Amino acid sequence: MAQQVSAKEPTALQIAEQKIYKQFGVSEKEYELICDFMGRQPNYTEIGVFSVMWSEHCAYKNSKPLLRRFPTSGPRVLMGPGEGAGIVDIGDNQAVVFKIESHNHPSAVEPYQGAATGVGGIIRDIFSMGARPVALLNSLRFGRLESERVRYLFEHVVSGIAGYGNCIGIPTVAGEVMFDEAYEGNPLVNAMCVGLIDHDKIQRGVAKGIGNPVFYVGPATGRDGIHGATFASEDLTAESEAKRSAVQVGDPFMEKLVMEATLELIDSGIVLGIQDMGAAGLTCSSAEMASKAGNGMELYLDEVPQREEGMTAYEMMLSESQERMLFVCEPQHEEQAKGIFARWGLHCAKVGKVSDDGRLKLFHKGELVGDMPVKALVDDCPVYNKPSAVPEYYLKNGSIDTNRYEQTIDLNGALKKVLGSPSLASKEWVYNQYDYMVRTETAVRPGSDAAVVTIRGTRKGLAMTTDCNGRYVYLDPEVGGRIAVAEAGRNIVCSGAEPLAITDNLNFGSPEKPEVFWQMEKAVDGMAEACRFLDTPVIGGNVSLYNENTKGAIYPTPVVGMVGLVHDTDHITTQEFKAEGDVIFLLGETKAEIGGSEFQYAVHGVTEGRPPELDLATEKKVQQTVLGAIQQGLVASAHDLSEGGLAAALAEAGFGRGLGVNVTFETNLRLDLALFSESQSRILLSAKPELADKLAAAIEAAGVPLQRLGTVSGDRLKVRIGGHDAIDASVEELRQAWKQAIPNHMNGQTA
Amino acid sequence: MKFAVLVFPGSNCDIDCYKAVEDTVGEAVDYVFHTATDLSAYDAILVPGGFSYGDYLRCGAIAQFAPVMAEVKKAAEQGKFILGICNGFQILTETGLLPGALIRNNSLKFRCHQVGLKVENATTGFTNDYKQGEVITIPIAHGEGSYYVNDETLAQLKANNQIVFRYAGENPNGSVDNIAGVCNEAGNVVGMMPHPERAVKEILGSADGARMFTSVLNAWRERNGAASIR
Repeated sequence: MAQQVSAKEPTALQIAEQKIYKQFGVSEKEYELICDFMGRQPNYTEIGVFSVMWSEHCAYKNSKPLLRRFPTSGPRVLMGPGEGAGIVDIGDNQAVVFKIESHNHPSAVEPYQGAATGVGGIIRDIFSMGARPVALLNSLRFGRLESERVRYLFEHVVSGIAGYGNCIGIPTVAGEVMFDEAYEGNPLVNAMCVGLIDHDKIQRGVAKGIGNPVFYVGPATGRDGIHGATFASEDLTAESEAKRSAVQVGDPFMEKLVMEATLELIDSGIVLGIQDMGAAGLTCSSAEMASKAGNGMELYLDEVPQREEGMTAYEMMLSESQERMLFVCEPQHEEQAKGIFARWGLHCAKVGKVSDDGRLKLFHKGELVGDMPVKALVDDCPVYNKPSAVPEYYLKNGSIDTNRYEQTIDLNGALKKVLGSPSLASKEWVYNQYDYMVRTETAVRPGSDAAVVTIRGTRKGLAMTTDCNGRYVYLDPEVGGRIAVAEAGRNIVCSGAEPLAITDNLNFGSPEKPEVFWQMEKAVDGMAEACRFLDTPVIGGNVSLYNENTKGAIYPTPVVGMVGLVHDTDHITTQEFKAEGDVIFLLGETKAEIGGSEFQYAVHGVTEGRPPELDLATEKKVQQTVLGAIQQGLVASAHDLSEGGLAAALAEAGFGRGLGVNVTFETNLRLDLALFSESQSRILLSAKPELADKLAAAIEAAGVPLQRLGTVSGDRLKVRIGGHDAIDASVEELRQAWKQAIPNHMNGQTA
Repeated sequence: MKFAVLVFPGSNCDIDCYKAVEDTVGEAVDYVFHTATDLSAYDAILVPGGFSYGDYLRCGAIAQFAPVMAEVKKAAEQGKFILGICNGFQILTETGLLPGALIRNNSLKFRCHQVGLKVENATTGFTNDYKQGEVITIPIAHGEGSYYVNDETLAQLKANNQIVFRYAGENPNGSVDNIAGVCNEAGNVVGMMPHPERAVKEILGSADGARMFTSVLNAWRERNGAASIR
């Protein structure tokens, strides 16, 4: 059995003797295990299949022990991690489906297609659950814009996201982009998709019913993306460029057709199980579907639509050609299914059947060319508990006093610098390239704390955001992880929504380095604790490791994608001040916390010390109080204080309508620290004058520290602290610095 | 009154047009597939935005050969109301129902944001509910929205009052003479790059687009006399 189909492929014996498996990222020990499971030496196709199924990308072999620390259930959770995406109940027989996924490595070598196919992949994860995708988000990290290569990557990643999302007609409504040399050479491109589904339409990727046919839908399989999952599970090096062939090419038009046809097919009620062909293509989808049903599967590779001639079993199994789906239905429904796809101009091929022997068997040109136990492929990849060690830099940072910098005197200038720092600057250059309005449900557009998408036929809405400050996580992974979840929650609450759950994208360096593994452990602990405390379980996510460049690991960046429920569209709130005379309040306490701040980076040129502290009990109280006040109709605007602190928050809130403020901030802190501290659990609210007392009373009753700062007034930002005019600047001038920063960099006009 | 919203492979504003009809005039509306060969039941035909046939070859170029387009031409000749939005506008120019062509934005980038539009012709089937010269707020979302005509055709457009909308303020795509929308000589076929169906209620940022839909209902009622008032 298991004949070689191509004379060029090495034999099972050569693979063993020359240790060819090592090229696929399979260790010697893993190879021995595979031989044990197989009862013989695997041939070329089989070792290829094993290597992708046992890659970090598919098996989470280095991260599984950590992922188990996340809370994954809750009263609203209908489906946690394990399927294409998690699902949360939102009442009225409706549910929200969402997930985030990375395409970091492909985007580093081919930014347009890397980013585009990242979007395509995450959309498939959502509609393969039976859900209608309603919104896209992204979280991006790049090096500094002074670098030409970085500008190239940034420009084309944004184009790629736009190209795919705009064409398929799903609005890209929110996201974040940050720039720091830590990401030079290894950008992060994380894409998130949110969908809506009725409870009774929820699908699973299971190959049910012995003897049932297995169908392949979508474009023909080519040689693109072979070993993409393995590529994503190793360090980026100079040779990465040579692996450009591991990057797939996207066709959003095709995916639009596949999506419409798939949703129609699911609606017809004849689908027993369906899964998209994402990482590791046909291999992963077939093995996982068989595994989840406790069955086996036979695949007839001659029936697989092929774009190129002479494709081998190995190539077909490992191709990551895009926009393909695998589904199972009963034999009598074959014609009905084919009819639905034909209406959308798509071909649907019967490529296999469900078997009862628990094996994945591959037939090609009349021969059995692969025969592997499904369980070994899916469940038996060894899991590693990597050694962990506290990094030197972390210990050193503990003794750095971040208040030692000479006091900044030109505070107007410092504010301009902070607002003009690309991480904090307006992202209009980015989101104006995205169609954020298609589907006509976008109530809060990009640029506010969280986006809000309404749900037709109801008064409900979904608030959504992505958040992570990699500098905080680098300086203290546990605190940084906690802050990532808390800040996401704060953004959701400021938009008038109740936080529901999160999806996470754990972007880290190489887990082989004990210091990196320590960062992972601590960050996960911090996130898990915050998720438990704030009742936002983790319903799914993605792990991207080996994010390294020649200078070392990226900042640990566990991106949090959070979705919240707006119970009534009347609660929808934005960050911008609404009218002159409105009263401005600051909730929460401001301490001298500059470590990891944008001020520290933009003005003092360093990232050091410890990040701001975060007390979860305080955080929860602040969030609940603000949401309550919004729901009672007391709040005109709400804005979370984050990068740039109070000064940036006041300015940002004024930019929307060109409104200034006249405020006095009572504090004992040095002026520059008072303005730019990034102390957590703080929110800026404004209220109509006639509601201000009622709002203040509601907040004080909840025991949340509150300062009545002053009013929305004029067209200048005036902030007095301790009898000093700390800031007095034209809002328009500040707005120009903030708005033009990224366009200026991209046009080569850096100040 | 009965509306048709055409659906080509790759259309993605079809749902938005359908919802806009429901939300603004509440008249009957159907999705009509690109393969349809009879539009006789419909009084107004909306050609929606999106990326028909992936915009491969050229925006709107492949859609002109869809079976339904022969029926759209027939309907145009019969004086029925036809509105092409964004990709729908591109399809109508490719089909020859409207003059000119849409080329790549001068910024070379897709642009999505609100724009100010000046109503230059408030007499068409889709603009009679606006005031002549009024400036309204409607979003754009396109990469190939720069309207181009040669000087000769531009002179004709002006002479025949066929320029329906111009961009007020910044021209977002470099279109000739700031043109955002045009109509045929009879005024029953209108094409525009901005998306009125995305501006039909305040929660979407503007409700100025709603009057495109009330306009066509007015025009249809006028044409069909009192019997049509529901």
